[in-house]
Amino acid sequence: MKGYIEIDRELCKGCQLCQTFCPKAVIGVHSKVNAAGYVPAVVNENGNCTGCGVCAIVCPEVAIEVYRE
Amino acid sequence: MTGNGAIGEAAIRAGCQCYFGYPITPQNELTEYMAKNLSRRKGCSFIQAESEISAINMVYGASVAGVRAMTSSSSPGISLKQEGISYLAACELPAVIVNMSRGGPGLGSISAAQSDYFQATRGGGHGDYRTIVLAPSSVQELADFTHRAFELADKYLIPVIILGDGMLGQMMEPVEFKHGAPEELPVRSRALRGAKGRPSRIIKTFTSNPAELEELNWSLFRRYQLIKKEETTCETFMLEDVRLIVVAFGIAARIAKGAIKNARADGMKVGMLRPITLWPFPSEKLQELAKTTRHFLVFEMNMGQMVEDVQLALGDKGEITFYGRPGGVISTPSEILRVISRLYYKNGLDKK
Amino acid sequence: MKKVYSRPKSLKRRPFHYCPGCGHSIVHRVTCEVIDEMNLQERTVGIPPPGCSVFAYHYFDVDMAESAHGRGAAVATGLKRAYPEAIVFTYQGDGDLAAIGTAETIHAANRGEKFTAIFINNAVYGMTGGQMAPTTLEKMTTTTTPYGRDPVLEGYPIRISEMLALLKGAVYIERTAVNSPAHIQRTKRAIRKAFQTQIDGLGFSLVEVLSPCPTNWKMTPIEAWRWVDDVMSKEFPLGVIKDITGARDAD
Repeated sequence: MKGYIEIDRELCKGCQLCQTFCPKAVIGVHSKVNAAGYVPAVVNENGNCTGCGVCAIVCPEVAIEVYRE
Repeated sequence: MTGNGAIGEAAIRAGCQCYFGYPITPQNELTEYMAKNLSRRKGCSFIQAESEISAINMVYGASVAGVRAMTSSSSPGISLKQEGISYLAACELPAVIVNMSRGGPGLGSISAAQSDYFQATRGGGHGDYRTIVLAPSSVQELADFTHRAFELADKYLIPVIILGDGMLGQMMEPVEFKHGAPEELPVRSRALRGAKGRPSRIIKTFTSNPAELEELNWSLFRRYQLIKKEETTCETFMLEDVRLIVVAFGIAARIAKGAIKNARADGMKVGMLRPITLWPFPSEKLQELAKTTRHFLVFEMNMGQMVEDVQLALGDKGEITFYGRPGGVISTPSEILRVISRLYYKNGLDKK
Repeated sequence: MKKVYSRPKSLKRRPFHYCPGCGHSIVHRVTCEVIDEMNLQERTVGIPPPGCSVFAYHYFDVDMAESAHGRGAAVATGLKRAYPEAIVFTYQGDGDLAAIGTAETIHAANRGEKFTAIFINNAVYGMTGGQMAPTTLEKMTTTTTPYGRDPVLEGYPIRISEMLALLKGAVYIERTAVNSPAHIQRTKRAIRKAFQTQIDGLGFSLVEVLSPCPTNWKMTPIEAWRWVDDVMSKEFPLGVIKDITGARDAD
């Protein structure tokens, strides 16, 4: 199953829960701070993403949209 | 019927659908009347709540949903309701609150008193707000003013307090109900019943922006100015060529009327101004009357509350004497006649 | 590829003011998902508390009415009695529901008032800066228990949900958490079942959600989410506490 995600950089508060729960190590930490001063999550490698949606389920900020084949 | 019962019947006829109360002497006849006559009516709800605090908050909830709702209590219970009343006033929600006052402070007595005047007229809870306060002095007026209270509450989106007392509540007099029960009342346009066919709505006042709250306060007070202009009500009694004006409300006015009739029979030119709306207070009428005579006797069953409003209204245009009995002690007409006579002759009012 | 996850319709497009990792954000979202899935947006009236979620009306796109602290259950009672067709829910913190609001909560449950209470238990008073709550754990440090909660002086954490289960009017009570995908989905199912209980007119329903509060627990979001499993749910066990609805488990 292939999937990809989009993370809204400006909504993200850098809680890193998506990164913790992602089973495929798709998510990492950005190098730049966003407008609110948080270090947002960023997609490392969408090649591994299966579109399972766990990141979106745990994201408190509803910052992630998930797509799946 | 009893005063308390008359309030209940009038409320039902005014379209009150929700009554939430708690037992407290001397208004239990009202709660029981509603239990008997409202609880099984279609579309109506009666709850004996777990406390007076819960009851006022249930009234708030029912008012949010757009129905006519009422609660009643007596002095200590009304103290408990103050936060809820502040919220109702802040959120511009109609409601009717009945206070059948008793002696205070503290647990006090169960006898009639008028010591909740300040609490009622100054917006007894926190913040700048007012509630309309109606002061009946007979069972008939309890019925009439209950109807008027619901109308005023809906018209101005404000809580209305009916300030009665234990004696009015429990006395029995003939009463005529001038209004039938309505078919169905229109739902208020600001009611929250689910956002169907319109954007969702919020009823609240909390804001992190003081400027917003300031604007709300100004807007409330603009409305209060309108209410002052349109709704101030009082009764004048035997004011022809008067030389001494008694100012009294509620049950005290009843007692004073008896004394005044006897005083007139004795040749004293005494009359009375009876405020009916305690807020808005009939200051203008008092100022007008002060042009005919300087002498005022304020009689209330408390340590001096309404007298301050009389003083505020008249300033140095009147010589104001206060006579009060606190604690639930009920004066007799002959006692008041003695007070009137003493004052009348002491000031040489027979010689003018 | 098709989109399989996005913001529920009844959750307004407004960034949350809640702290990173806060449970409120999750519960708001799953509640809105339930409202959407059950088609309740046009019938729902919510009653938020004073507290961090006082601004819940900035996020829930349904009618909402502010309540005085602790009085949500009474306000919901009045509202639901006045207009039974509305789906009414309170959204209350631990102080709101189990300290100042204890009487209102117990008696509303006892009367079987047909509204749903969503009870956010984060073991602390968040908005006001981290004071002790009725559900603060023993030895837990808060700003009013700086030496750790001592049962001798400060009493024990209250399991209000278990207490409410003793009342006949309460028909569905479940405790869940939002600190993992599985728990979040369970919370959503519980809220759906609670709303269904209300729709079916069965009585009082309550979902207690153990909610992480990284700021006042002085932890990172990940540490806070783990603490719910490691410590908090030992005091407040997850699971169905009462279910006399006779319905099969909502799915």
